Amino acid sequence: MTDAPAMIAVEELDKTFTLHVQGGARIPVLSDLSFTVSAGECVALTGPSGAGKSTLLRLIYGNYKAQGGRILVRHDGAMVDIASASPRTMLAVRARTLGYVSQFLRVVPRVPSIEIVAEPLIRLGTAREAARDRAASVLQRLNVPERLWTIAPATFSGGEQQRINIASALVSERPILLLDEPTASLDAANRAVVISLIRDATARGAAIVGIFHDRDVRAAVADREFAVPEVRRAA
Amino acid sequence: MRTPEAARVDPSPATETDPPLLTADGVTRWYGHRLGCRDVAFMLWPGEVLGIVGESGSGKTTLLDCLSGRLSPTAGHVVYRGEDGDAVDIFALPESRRRLLQRTEWGIVRQNPRDGLRMGVSAGANIGERLMAAGWRHYGDIRGSADEWLQRVEIDGDRIDDRPVTFSGGMQQRLQIARNLVTRPRLVFMDEPTGGLDVSVQARLLDLLRGLVAEFGLAAVIVTHDLAVVRLLAHRLMVMQGGAVVESGLTDQVLDDPQHPYTQLLVSSVLQA
Ligand SMILES: Nc1ncnc2c1ncn2[C@@H]1O[C@H](COP(=O)(O)OP(=O)(O)OP(=O)(O)O)[C@@H](O)[C@H]1O
Ligand SMILES: Nc1ncnc2c1ncn2[C@@H]1O[C@H](COP(=O)(O)OP(=O)(O)OP(=O)(O)O)[C@@H](O)[C@H]1O
Ligand SMILES: [Mg+2]
Ligand SMILES: [Mg+2]
Repeated sequence: MTDAPAMIAVEELDKTFTLHVQGGARIPVLSDLSFTVSAGECVALTGPSGAGKSTLLRLIYGNYKAQGGRILVRHDGAMVDIASASPRTMLAVRARTLGYVSQFLRVVPRVPSIEIVAEPLIRLGTAREAARDRAASVLQRLNVPERLWTIAPATFSGGEQQRINIASALVSERPILLLDEPTASLDAANRAVVISLIRDATARGAAIVGIFHDRDVRAAVADREFAVPEVRRAA
Repeated sequence: MRTPEAARVDPSPATETDPPLLTADGVTRWYGHRLGCRDVAFMLWPGEVLGIVGESGSGKTTLLDCLSGRLSPTAGHVVYRGEDGDAVDIFALPESRRRLLQRTEWGIVRQNPRDGLRMGVSAGANIGERLMAAGWRHYGDIRGSADEWLQRVEIDGDRIDDRPVTFSGGMQQRLQIARNLVTRPRLVFMDEPTGGLDVSVQARLLDLLRGLVAEFGLAAVIVTHDLAVVRLLAHRLMVMQGGAVVESGLTDQVLDDPQHPYTQLLVSSVLQA
């Protein structure tokens, strides 16, 4: 693994939330944090609740803003610093390089699930038919019943929504995947499918950073663990 | 052409260096001693949706009117790169050229649909008028297209000959949107496009707009009070307060990790966006 190129290099990252509406309270979450992830590697973030695992994933995705340090990500062959990238660059990085699975699905209410899953491909220029075929095969693999494909996911169960989420993050085979508890609301059979999808992704060279509370899932997919250090809070 | 953000944009991959569609530079508008908006600068590319949020009176409509050439700024420039590839300062254009742009390459959805519709002519004619401005001549084609667009915004086809005065506010708003999108504009300006629409129709319109953005590279500047709409539709977001932009960035970043006190207040005062 060590000679594979670094896909993510986090350097001296600082993250503090300042809550202006609550008298300017400051919540330091990450301080001087550094770590790297190589192509083909899956790193599991560990640490107690509130340590900042989800915060770190969101920072890498550009969903949270860093107060200091760099978040380098390999995009189209060059390292781009997410912490200082323009919104326009970030949109391109997300379209082609970064996939993110959160626990919650946020979609336009009336769009059928197969369209949601196909959309990332269409945005990259794949023809509509081919994109739908690809989406269909991912949905099939995730055991999403075919009768649900043409329905908007608003009424789906938690586990069904979670699988739509995973399908839309994995469909375009992006080189970096950020997974925040991707198996949290899945049954054992679907957990096994997600494990095999993650393994397929690392086998094709994807770099993965994930939070897996389920010990068996973690053991099955992670090459190593990275413990997010707890920052001492000012009293 | 001056490009205010150019110095701030990071060295990005080659594919991100194509020229912007719209550039606002130091856009400022005073109404006598009252400030409308101040020193607004941004660039917009094809296929991008920019959302603008902020409290009532913060200058959103003023800014949108300046950007769309309807109100001349007291200071600053708005530069548009047209279909022909030339970048022009829209306020240096002759009035007639600016009007033509507004009726063909742009769409302008006004905050009050009565300002954006011809209330005295039929729904079909409201849509057909834009097509004729774009050079359509065949009556059957125009009527066919008007009919199709009424359906797309979920207005019953048998209302095509009715005047918009007989429509509800929400229907008028949808007709205004259809009228503006029918000519496949490259850039649309929308002021509260989903205000007063029921949730299901709103969802349909969001889907329609997202489709046009994703497949045809439509660009849009959208003012709205609705943070849920902004999250689903806008790639980037500007937050205005007292006439100035206090925060801007990727939409989800601004909403999920707001930095400015005003943005934090705005986000915390809605339940879930
Ligand atoms: N948008 C935000 N605004 C303010 N504080 C936040 C925000 N997001 C996270 N935090 C704070 O940052 C800290 C770390 O939260 P985070 O969600 O990253 O923890 P975690 O390690 O993922 O925990 P868990 O295992 O419970 O999911 C917490 O104190 C949380 O309250
Ligand atoms: N024609 C005008 N003459 C004088 N002052 C004006 C005029 N139009 C707007 N203003 C003032 O400029 C400021 C910005 O108004 P604007 O209509 O741009 O706000 P807005 O953000 O669109 O508000 P809303 O959310 O209520 O539509 C306000 O203080 C308003 O009173
Ligand atoms: Mg978490
Ligand atoms: Mg207004």
